[in-house]
Amino acid sequence: MDGIHDLGGKHGFGSVQREQDELVFHGHWEAKMFAIMRCSGPAGAWYSADRFRHLVERIDPISYLDDGYYGRWLGGVETGLIEAGILQQDEIQQRYLELGGEPSVRVAARPIDHPDSMGDPPAGPGSQRPVPAPLFKKGDRVVTSIDVKPGHTRLPAYARGKVGRVVQCHAGWVFPDTNAHGEGEQPQNLYTVEFSGQSLWGDSSEVMSLYLDLFEPYLSRHFPSKFDSEKSEASSI
Amino acid sequence: MSHDHDHEPPTPQALRTEAIESLLLEKGLIKPTAVDEVIALYSERVGPMNGAKIVAKAWRDPEFKARLLADGTKAIEEFDIEGGQVEKLVVLENTPEQHNVVVCTLCSCYPWAVLGLPPKWYKDPAYRSRIVREPRKLLAEMGTDIPPSVAIRVWDSSAEIRYMVLPMPPVAITEQIDDLAESDLTALVSRDAMIGVAQL
Repeated sequence: MDGIHDLGGKHGFGSVQREQDELVFHGHWEAKMFAIMRCSGPAGAWYSADRFRHLVERIDPISYLDDGYYGRWLGGVETGLIEAGILQQDEIQQRYLELGGEPSVRVAARPIDHPDSMGDPPAGPGSQRPVPAPLFKKGDRVVTSIDVKPGHTRLPAYARGKVGRVVQCHAGWVFPDTNAHGEGEQPQNLYTVEFSGQSLWGDSSEVMSLYLDLFEPYLSRHFPSKFDSEKSEASSI
Repeated sequence: MSHDHDHEPPTPQALRTEAIESLLLEKGLIKPTAVDEVIALYSERVGPMNGAKIVAKAWRDPEFKARLLADGTKAIEEFDIEGGQVEKLVVLENTPEQHNVVVCTLCSCYPWAVLGLPPKWYKDPAYRSRIVREPRKLLAEMGTDIPPSVAIRVWDSSAEIRYMVLPMPPVAITEQIDDLAESDLTALVSRDAMIGVAQL
């Protein structure tokens, strides 16, 4: 999905603000949210990190930018607990008001009435699964998909339709794009793909290499045209 | 843990978290001890001290370093590390020719088991948006000047593989690494160097 979470390459966020002697949790509530997140999966709100990540991606986009990391988790956890039928949004809101919360504050959670099926529990521990032989090998040039669906994906917007080179194949891993939606693990070969700064950001880019871990369905073999090879072979990776 | 912040009025997010926690407690879906367990785990047992031990050993032991770079997941088994988020660990070696830096632009993936929970800036939009687009400029802003002769490699953690940087030891101690105690070496390794936004 083209969500607010997909931040790579966006302009305008200014300088990185580092805190001196930063604490692990900024206040007790962050640790509470961490604990709630850890118990919500086992309580039935989700089976996988893929599902949880997509819950966070779906929160109110203003809250995504405003509420910080654990505020984003709050939005994702609340959405997941409500969509799974574990809690009702009314009872959360009522308890929040009883605790002295302001009624008019923006709520990050965005539960929907007919959420995706929960799907099956994980087929095994971890995310690595057997798959057929990989389509690509180290050194192959590949081009990334531009086919964006509204759901979860791990192909960032800045790397769509770009040409890169496979530097490693990591065999089979659960496919987040289906697993997040209860459509099964559908494991796929996973590759580390190298992109040049120029291929991502144009000729004025800094000289750099960027590496992404990309699932096989995101990739097609790249057959450079004569024009491409004349234009960019010298500078491409 | 912060106690200073706890004296400020609770934010709406803090109150809403409290509301959810109390409802889950009533339904028996969260243990009353769960929060203390999280705090103990990530304040005391899991943190960048684990990564620092790995780095210090790699500096002293070339055979371990070779194993670490070849298969990080297997090499760190001997450290008895807990804390999740590392099903497959890839360790990236900084050298005089190349500088590695790690990010997660889509969420905030981070090798919890070896580095603990990430700092706030790692999860904020400024770092996530910029490090993949202008890494040399951003690193310089963060106090790390990478000479033009050094290649920059940015690793965007887009799947379940987790990345950690093996920094170069401080120049001042490179001659005496074998003479220094492991705890002295560990103390030199910063979290930011293992993310790749600092040099030692």
